[in-house]
Amino acid sequence: MLKMPALDQGVLARRDQIVAALRGLVPGDGVIDSETGRRVYECDGLTAYRQMPMVVVLPRTTAEVAAVLSYCKANAIKVVPRGAGTGLSGSALPLGDGVLLGMGKFNRILEIDYANRVVVCQPGVTNLGITNAVQGDGFYYAPDPSSQIACTIGGNVAENSGGVHCLKYGVTTNNVLGVEFVTIDGEIMRLGGKHLDAAGYDLLGVMVGSEGLLGVVTEVTVRILRKPDTARAVLLGFPSVEQGGAAVAAIISAGIIPGGMEMMDKLAIHAAEAFVHANYPLDVESLLIVELDGPAAEVEELIGAVETIARDNGAVYARTSTSEDERMRFWAGRKAAFPAVGKIGPDYYCMDGTIPRKRLPEVLRRMKEFAGKYDLRLANVFHAGDGNLHPLILYDANKPGEIERAEAFGADILRLCVEVGGVLTGEHGVGVEKRDLMGAMFTEDDLKQQQRLKCAFDPDGLLNPGKVFPILHRCAELGRMHVRAGALPFPELPRF
Amino acid sequence: MTETLKPQTQAQLRDVVAWAAAEEAPLEVIGRGTRRGLGRPVQARHTLDVSALAGIVSYEPDELVLTVAAATPMAEIEAALRAGNQMLAFEPMDSGLLFGRSAGEGTLGGVLSAALSGPRRIKAGAARDHLLGFQAVSGRGEIFKAGGKVVKNVTGYDLPKIFCGAFGTLGVLSEVTVKILPAPPKSRSVLLFGLDGAAATHAMADALNAPFDVSGAAHLPAAIAMRSDIDFVRDAGMSVTALRIEGTPGSVAARCAGLRALLAGRARDEELHSMRSVALWREIRDVAALLPDREAAVWRISVAPSAGASIAAALPGAAFLDWGGGLIWLAVSAADDASAAQVRKAVDASGGHATLFRAPEPLRAGMSVFQPQPPALSRLTARVKESFDPRRVLNPGRLYAGM
Repeated sequence: MLKMPALDQGVLARRDQIVAALRGLVPGDGVIDSETGRRVYECDGLTAYRQMPMVVVLPRTTAEVAAVLSYCKANAIKVVPRGAGTGLSGSALPLGDGVLLGMGKFNRILEIDYANRVVVCQPGVTNLGITNAVQGDGFYYAPDPSSQIACTIGGNVAENSGGVHCLKYGVTTNNVLGVEFVTIDGEIMRLGGKHLDAAGYDLLGVMVGSEGLLGVVTEVTVRILRKPDTARAVLLGFPSVEQGGAAVAAIISAGIIPGGMEMMDKLAIHAAEAFVHANYPLDVESLLIVELDGPAAEVEELIGAVETIARDNGAVYARTSTSEDERMRFWAGRKAAFPAVGKIGPDYYCMDGTIPRKRLPEVLRRMKEFAGKYDLRLANVFHAGDGNLHPLILYDANKPGEIERAEAFGADILRLCVEVGGVLTGEHGVGVEKRDLMGAMFTEDDLKQQQRLKCAFDPDGLLNPGKVFPILHRCAELGRMHVRAGALPFPELPRF
Repeated sequence: MTETLKPQTQAQLRDVVAWAAAEEAPLEVIGRGTRRGLGRPVQARHTLDVSALAGIVSYEPDELVLTVAAATPMAEIEAALRAGNQMLAFEPMDSGLLFGRSAGEGTLGGVLSAALSGPRRIKAGAARDHLLGFQAVSGRGEIFKAGGKVVKNVTGYDLPKIFCGAFGTLGVLSEVTVKILPAPPKSRSVLLFGLDGAAATHAMADALNAPFDVSGAAHLPAAIAMRSDIDFVRDAGMSVTALRIEGTPGSVAARCAGLRALLAGRARDEELHSMRSVALWREIRDVAALLPDREAAVWRISVAPSAGASIAAALPGAAFLDWGGGLIWLAVSAADDASAAQVRKAVDASGGHATLFRAPEPLRAGMSVFQPQPPALSRLTARVKESFDPRRVLNPGRLYAGM
């Protein structure tokens, strides 16, 4: 079972005093210490892990965030930041001796600036809320995680969230220009702004995707894009997953970067079709949805090219959307794939590794072997363009031992992703879920260097401890250098 | 007299840095030295020359990734990508030309370390958006890696981001993996003649806000335009505002027509096709040909696009705008402080940052070359430096005095 940092009994003994002090810093209803009130926050989107926080704090202003963090620092209290709690890796899993800092009240859009194509907003604004605020004028915010109705931009920044359009338009980090954040010391800092590159070290670049371990973001400046003129999607069915994969490679090598390119295997196709009746072909082994977006002239040209490439690679089914309705229906199945699989599951565990695409056939074959070994079913959904796999492991939490088997199966899949040259997580984050697998991808020196960076921001390790890193080292220990003095080695080294 | 150390392998590189850390012997880290004049001068008894760590490790066009030893020359990388009809989409600036070097001489590690993104940054992202992973030797003398070799990855902190623009002060890159993309088959530019800075800013914003996928938006005042090698630009006798459209032939033609219709009536317009469009954007990217006076000091000023034209107009010297107004290249007299007080004041008022990109060494040694930081951020920056290079042996003082 997951091992979290030992509870600080000293902090727990002072709980009432801490709650009272926090009430002084965040007046009104912003401090929740009742059991029922805290229950709401006991997990994020990774529901297999639950933990009641010691206390929940919902600040309204940056000054309140700063006051809470400097109080926590002064009193050695751990802090777990949280957006909407939709994350899938447990980054926002509370700590029993920690403050759960919910940013939901930071829900205002502060500025829409079309001259610079940016929106400045508070971190609790939802991802879709940004698009909704600008779409009337023909603009949108590009990263579109499937939880976009609920997930917040602050959470997206913490997790560096992706979406189905990120091969062409980038993930969160490519679309954020600035943040205001508060350090654990309570210092308020600004990084970036409306300009297009960093001054000094690109600390904004490491804040994005840092899973709440470096600071608490209180304001975000994002780039918005003009909505493409046209978007059309084509559904392509293949008699094998390999042929679908070959078509993806051929589309990219023809110089085409589709707005979205998604693949599903047979089990996922059937589950999605049963769930939303997207009118998918049921007699194919893999289904590809390719969406071309952009100027109308270009989309026409490219959609024909994609169909030709697909047929050359053995597609037995091809249908191009002829209306916006039909395009949305193509996507409805894909977007509902997770809950659809959940329906036949009855539970599912979603993985998130990325692989070099050319290794797809081998990875699929070995995942099938794992499925046999663990006696569990597997449905596959991929962001095909960028090699980001979402294998969905089906299990029944009510059957003893199944969840443990599902977790072991998942760990095998992620180790396989690393083995073939890929990574543990493409867009969901490490959190607690993949924390103990970090050693499969990184050496001890790699991980220590990352943790030293953490020490530069949070030397006492109070921000979200127990996430991302499998072993917590003290900063003093990480900083120590073992030097060997002496003459310059390598006499054969060229010198001038 | 400085001694130059030239490791041939990553292991030798590690041993040199470990030795330097043990001895607290500062190193000036160079690839091919084309950007040595950029940043504050480094005072170091030893030069660490990593130019031997060169060569393409793997190029996989279908995977959209390229892995090279960090000091691989850009000319070699560009030739390989051209053969695969691909490109580094951030359009790396060849800054060597501003320092009297020849084209393509610099290395990819140097481009990334200096975070030099070209005109296409407005559409395709910056250098930092294309570095997927790396191997490096930290100032502690340890080999480590970060990021990955696939285009989508959120495993661990995104260290590739801070290595872009760190000028070799955090670690010595030995291998880098970058995202590559298909090169557009066609390039065209719509030119608008005679707009002043404010009107050009509006035109560029309107173009970038329209669904035509503009991939370059620059404004060259008359005195700059006349230095161009492209006849339409050189002979205009007035300012030239350039908007680039790239893609497949039919799409480019349709979008150019749409853009000209959108901007009709604002100014006389013209279209540049193919090689002449490519050549114009190379001039804008590399800057050197467009700025007067090889002895001038050069500032690179990054601000909100809507603010660029008015800031440039208020400063002395000759300037042009890229990135829809968000990037100002300014040539001023190198006398006194090279107008630093005025530049800093203007940028402080608007937000953004300014770099004294080229200036005589004594000037760069005696003042802030990069944007001065607020105290809290400066302290955090120093702690970040210390977390990679606690003994300050890698390019000490290159970014900020005393760090």
